[in-house]
Amino acid sequence: MPDSVPMNDASAPLEDPQEGMSRRAFVAMGTALVGAVYGAAIGYPVYRYLSTPARRAASAAAVTQVDLPGADKLEIGSAMMFKFGTKPALLIHHKDDTWVALDAVCTHLGCTVQFEPEQDRIYCACHGGVYDPRTGENVAGPPPKPLTKFNVEVSDGQVVVRRA
Amino acid sequence: MDKSSSAVRNSGLVASAYTWLDERLGLDEIIAFARHKTVPQHKHSFWYYWGGISLFFFIVQCLTGVLLLVYYRPGPEAYDSVRQITYDIEFGWLIRSAHSWSANLMVLAVFVHMFSVYLMKAYRKPREFGWWSGLGLLGIVMVFGFSGYLLPMDELAYFATKVGLEIPASMPVIGPFIADLLRGGPEVNEITIQRFFALHVVVLPALFLPLLMFHLWLVQKHGNAVPPSEEEKPEALRRSMPFFPNFLAKDLAMWLIALNALALLASLFPWDLGPQADALSPAPVGIHPEWYFMSQFQVLKVFGRWFPGMTGELLGIGMFTIAGVVWGLIPLYDRDSKLAMRARIATWIGFAAIAGLILLTIWGYAEV
Repeated sequence: MPDSVPMNDASAPLEDPQEGMSRRAFVAMGTALVGAVYGAAIGYPVYRYLSTPARRAASAAAVTQVDLPGADKLEIGSAMMFKFGTKPALLIHHKDDTWVALDAVCTHLGCTVQFEPEQDRIYCACHGGVYDPRTGENVAGPPPKPLTKFNVEVSDGQVVVRRA
Repeated sequence: MDKSSSAVRNSGLVASAYTWLDERLGLDEIIAFARHKTVPQHKHSFWYYWGGISLFFFIVQCLTGVLLLVYYRPGPEAYDSVRQITYDIEFGWLIRSAHSWSANLMVLAVFVHMFSVYLMKAYRKPREFGWWSGLGLLGIVMVFGFSGYLLPMDELAYFATKVGLEIPASMPVIGPFIADLLRGGPEVNEITIQRFFALHVVVLPALFLPLLMFHLWLVQKHGNAVPPSEEEKPEALRRSMPFFPNFLAKDLAMWLIALNALALLASLFPWDLGPQADALSPAPVGIHPEWYFMSQFQVLKVFGRWFPGMTGELLGIGMFTIAGVVWGLIPLYDRDSKLAMRARIATWIGFAAIAGLILLTIWGYAEV
């Protein structure tokens, strides 16, 4: 009857530690090893399952070019938001008919910035950061770095934005 | 000081962490209590593991359920989100398959647990509330199964829910009213999914967990019941083992076996997702409920054949209700081994119930 066999015979003398590992240490190590294998066998699928969207987003973020059909009709002195990969970006048609495309994520704490045509500046409403609307340079407030600037190519019927 | 807790203390960091916790939480007392607790050892001891196995599958349900919740969207997108989980998200098929398989294995383990408790007469004084809380848990488990079955909203889910809700609908007077409330209207649609979802992930767990705690507390309070064959033996001949660490280690070994069985089933036989439910397409031929509703299904089908119209359904439902009431009242009838006649009758009722359920289920599958 297997039930009558004691699980671990506490009265049995432990082996001499000089001779190597004791029985208790061996069992403990084996248990830890098997536990780690099970932990990995369960943990790995769960990690892959939970991180699938993050992996997908990473490949979506790897784009180098975005086509904006019809964006060439953008009125002079105004701006539009578009998505570059997964992040918001800003296309500005300046009053002097130049075009500028900038990353629209504030380098301070990640809010989305806006173009203010009256004041001719890019402003972040969260903490008052100000950027130059032509270069993306951080000119006032807390932002530590400039906004990333993209290359813009305007043609008839579309605007193409490329990673610089 | 006993051996293993002193062994825990021997290695430096672990030892000081243990002492720090023990001074604040009284771990030594808990270990002493657990060690003091014993589990009877006899030829029917095997059946003691089935409550623990049911608990293990319940824990798996909680964990895999939360993981499914990460991507599942109730309402009109339900089917699409389950399709996404099954075919699109990495290992989503495995998580979903584990949830479905574990649900079935849990129901199976709960049934084994219930019938073994019944035949060991573990419902007798003072364990009546253990029996009743267990029946309450079983009822909630069945509703868990029924409500979860709809959530993928494939063809089978749709018709199973449609048919299943006809059962409360056939109750006199209040039936149609209750069925409309459950469905959220006259038809099974995305509104039904939304309420079944609320039921499945919020209402049922909120009912189940406190009842489960009560059930487990009662086991702590009264300990394991011994079957009548053991009770007859003189005290000196009865054997037992300490709960901690011996029984706990065996319990965990059982959990490991259960985990391995679940892993094999879930990965080798991944759960299917049928075509999307379509209210305009006819029910597929051979459609039938999950095995744990098969016996009830078969009774309704057969009674409907013998007594056409609503009479058959009402008789079938009435019969199951009476059987359920008798099952629940057994502790009050078979109270004591001194009432030998009652004890024998109760045992026969138990065997009849097991045989009846098995035969009806086989009959049901034979007719599919």
